[in-house]
Amino acid sequence: MFRPLLALLRRDLTLALRRPQDALTVVGFFVVVVALFPLGIGPDPEFLRSLAPGVLWVAALLAVMLSLERLFSDDYRDGTLEQLLLVPEPMGLLVLTKIFAHWLITGLPLVLISPLLAIQLNLRPDEIAILMLALLIGTPILSLIGAIGAALTLGLRGGGVLIALLILPLYAPPLILGAGAVDAVMHGSSAQAHLSLLGAMMVFALFATPWATAAAVRIMLD
Amino acid sequence: MSERGIQWFRFTAPANFYDLAGRLIPWFAAVTVALFAVGLYLGLVVAPPDYQQGDSYRIIYIHVPTAWMGMFLYVLMAVYAAIGLIWRIKMADVMAKAIAPTGALFTFLSLWTGALWGRPTWGVYWVWDARLTSMLILLFLYLGYMALHAAIDDRQRASNASAVLAMVGVVNVPIIYFSVQWWNTLHQGASITVTDAPTMATIMFVTLMIMVLAAWMYSVTVVLARARVELLERERNARWVQERLEGGSK
Amino acid sequence: MIDFLAMGGYWPYVWGSYLVMAGLLLVEMIQLRYRRRSLMGWIRRMARLRAQEERQ
Repeated sequence: MFRPLLALLRRDLTLALRRPQDALTVVGFFVVVVALFPLGIGPDPEFLRSLAPGVLWVAALLAVMLSLERLFSDDYRDGTLEQLLLVPEPMGLLVLTKIFAHWLITGLPLVLISPLLAIQLNLRPDEIAILMLALLIGTPILSLIGAIGAALTLGLRGGGVLIALLILPLYAPPLILGAGAVDAVMHGSSAQAHLSLLGAMMVFALFATPWATAAAVRIMLD
Repeated sequence: MSERGIQWFRFTAPANFYDLAGRLIPWFAAVTVALFAVGLYLGLVVAPPDYQQGDSYRIIYIHVPTAWMGMFLYVLMAVYAAIGLIWRIKMADVMAKAIAPTGALFTFLSLWTGALWGRPTWGVYWVWDARLTSMLILLFLYLGYMALHAAIDDRQRASNASAVLAMVGVVNVPIIYFSVQWWNTLHQGASITVTDAPTMATIMFVTLMIMVLAAWMYSVTVVLARARVELLERERNARWVQERLEGGSK
Repeated sequence: MIDFLAMGGYWPYVWGSYLVMAGLLLVEMIQLRYRRRSLMGWIRRMARLRAQEERQ
């Protein structure tokens, strides 16, 4: 049962590693956006610190969103996606595997690079730890929800801009919880409530969104 | 998928719907006009000014109805979209698509009236209050639905894809609302708290309900009218359209 | 009358809400009517063309 899924995962990762610039572009975008903020709002360390959770989260969210178009578009163009519909495994699981591969290539690097940017914005070590944890739980949610938008805009002109309009409103809850977690630690309270809710949201997204994405893929390939 | 869903109910046949809606619209329109006339008279003339907010509170008579209709129409749109997607009923698609612009309009109006009410009440046009923020996100959801519908050329595919989006959206609306509410209470130190008017006089309550009904009836009228046009557009070459044309413009 | 229009000094907010709402609902109805008119015109033209073709 799991062998085809593993094969699909390996294939997606191999393809991505063969063209590392795609993943690097996403990380680069994240870094540049965060670096631009101090230029816009001034170098005052305390002020930057208070804005850091929101800035980092919004930048991460935009970076994930930009990478979404790639999730299915290459496979759509070369016909792989249609082949996947013929595989006996449930489409939801196949989609989930693809999303997982996509997260490993784009979401995980964001989590790993985030401490560096957090230091630039004067976050303390304990806050950085919470930030990484929140991003670790939160970026999969972003990928899972975003996959629906990626599937719904398959093969459309101007799909990238449309994804933004479809998906960004749905990103409000993870943004609130993720940035709120860091904010809570900053103000001396516990981030546990935020992180548990974020975790609950991820579990829900994990079970619910792949089926919506699969339905969307099927509709767009019909 | 099978076609059997289409013949289940007579009213889902396009021609029957077209005729029935055509007969109902004038009645709904008349009721709408009557309700608006009564509601506006009561709200703007008869109802006394609020002892705290003076006459500015009168915005409530359009703010609350538009906000309710904005939310209600989104759920209704998602229900129709789901019916259309699952049972392949063409009319349900048409209804879902016809509801979206009116729902978006009401959502926008609730934001607009909320801002204009906020200025005299809180001193600013916009506060990041939980309800205003949720309504803003709801407006974005409407716009996304309409944009996706418009972006896909194939009609069936457009209906199905936007139906999926509407269903995802409707699952998310409560999550968004509660997270925004939570976010707002956490940040309350920085923002202004918004409280309801303590108790409402009977005349105010009755007027408000009349205005809600008026907005509701307006929605029914306009949505049915738009569904008819939508249907004509889709079936412009069908025989029933030609038959109705010969019997004069109906 | 002036008192009524002044709305206790809140006239910009009250009338700004009511008139914008009335205006936008009106725009929606007019746009809908226009859309229906032009569609009906199209269908009629096509029917006339078809009738002409049959005669020839």
